[in-house]
Amino acid sequence: MNAIVRTALKNAARTGAILFVFAVVGTAMLAFTHDRTEPVIARSLQAEKQALINQVLPATLYDNDLLATQQVVPPDDLLGTRLPSALWIARRDGAFSGVVLEAVAPDGYSGDIFLLIGIDADGRVTGVRVTAHRETPGLGDYIDRAKSAWIDQFAGKSLLEPEPRHWKVAKDGGVFDARAGATITPRAVVKAVKSALDYFARHRAAFAVPMQGQPPPEKEKHA
Amino acid sequence: MMTLAEFRSLFHNGLVKQNTGLVQLLGLCPLLAISNNVVNALSLGLATMLVMAASSGAVSGVRNFVPSEIRIPVFVLIIAALVTVIDLAMHAYVLSLYVVLGIFIPLITTNCIVLARADAFASKNRPLHSVVDAVAMGLGLTVVLVVLGAIREIAGQGTLFSGIDLVFGAEAKQYVLHVLPDYHGFLLAVLPPGAFIALGLLIAAHNWNKARAEQRARAAVPAAA
Repeated sequence: MNAIVRTALKNAARTGAILFVFAVVGTAMLAFTHDRTEPVIARSLQAEKQALINQVLPATLYDNDLLATQQVVPPDDLLGTRLPSALWIARRDGAFSGVVLEAVAPDGYSGDIFLLIGIDADGRVTGVRVTAHRETPGLGDYIDRAKSAWIDQFAGKSLLEPEPRHWKVAKDGGVFDARAGATITPRAVVKAVKSALDYFARHRAAFAVPMQGQPPPEKEKHA
Repeated sequence: MMTLAEFRSLFHNGLVKQNTGLVQLLGLCPLLAISNNVVNALSLGLATMLVMAASSGAVSGVRNFVPSEIRIPVFVLIIAALVTVIDLAMHAYVLSLYVVLGIFIPLITTNCIVLARADAFASKNRPLHSVVDAVAMGLGLTVVLVVLGAIREIAGQGTLFSGIDLVFGAEAKQYVLHVLPDYHGFLLAVLPPGAFIALGLLIAAHNWNKARAEQRARAAVPAAA
């Protein structure tokens, strides 16, 4: 009996040790790769974020290091967010010139539509991009700039032009066109962009306050 | 070393006789999810092939040190580590492709064909044979993925190679072929059911082809006798 237990224990120890050696080798391999790729990944993520921001806010509108101004704001109904979201504040020659907001259209056809919205100091939309969505391919996905230019129609719009009651898709009596067969998706996006403008109107004063100890504007380094 | 006949038989096995997509029906999760266009299908197929070659080579290299009771955990560990390395490398060096395939790369770990080849072949054969077998199997999967991707992309969007600019940069956009101009799309082909239907048709074609070959072989025997 004892002999059997001893052999079993010996076997377990042996296989355990072998498994351990493989785990150590595997972990070492991963640590090495992670160490090598981490800075490259961080850099490319930054570059990607900058490229996305450049699509919603013209680079001529600001001369500060936009990514460095990132603020995290708590969830807000007007932004449609249930989690804290980020925003970036643009300045030119030290003066407030616009903001880039993360917003969510919570009532898309298949769940949340994530948006990045640029708004200039006068409250005009400079651009909108969908960053993530699960709308039906070939039907509701034309809100994606990669699929169609639909989303470009927001550029230049504000709460004054068109009037708030016209911030709707054409089918509902508004000024924004939508493709037949898929109105839920654009309806959600139009509503989210308008709410984001309301959010901007409410917080504009806070955005425009110059930051304490802000370093002099640095020339943007575009890769 | 490996003889030419062995090499040929491994490739025949991987591409036709034991094709993972059409015969073994393993690894269908990525097959169905990513085969909505040719570029995605080819990219994920090649990534899977790379993982299979690396993991089969590694498994075969250590096969004599792994007791059979713990071979599965060890193989899974090797595969998961390799996939993570490839995942990180792709994230760092081919970001645009990573954005498209990102969520499917970790899933290569769970693609049963990788573990199946490690256990069924690499753990019993020499490294060179194992790598060749993995490449052949991976190639077989890639071919099925690409054919499926082409069928679904033409039927669904009327194009070929859409999204090629994500892999080769914006200039490559000119290589997108609009096979059916002014095509309004066929949603079913883009959605997962389209993948099932197209795969079913491919399997039927493969079986029909096989049955015909067998019939011809049977017909030839009495004639020869």
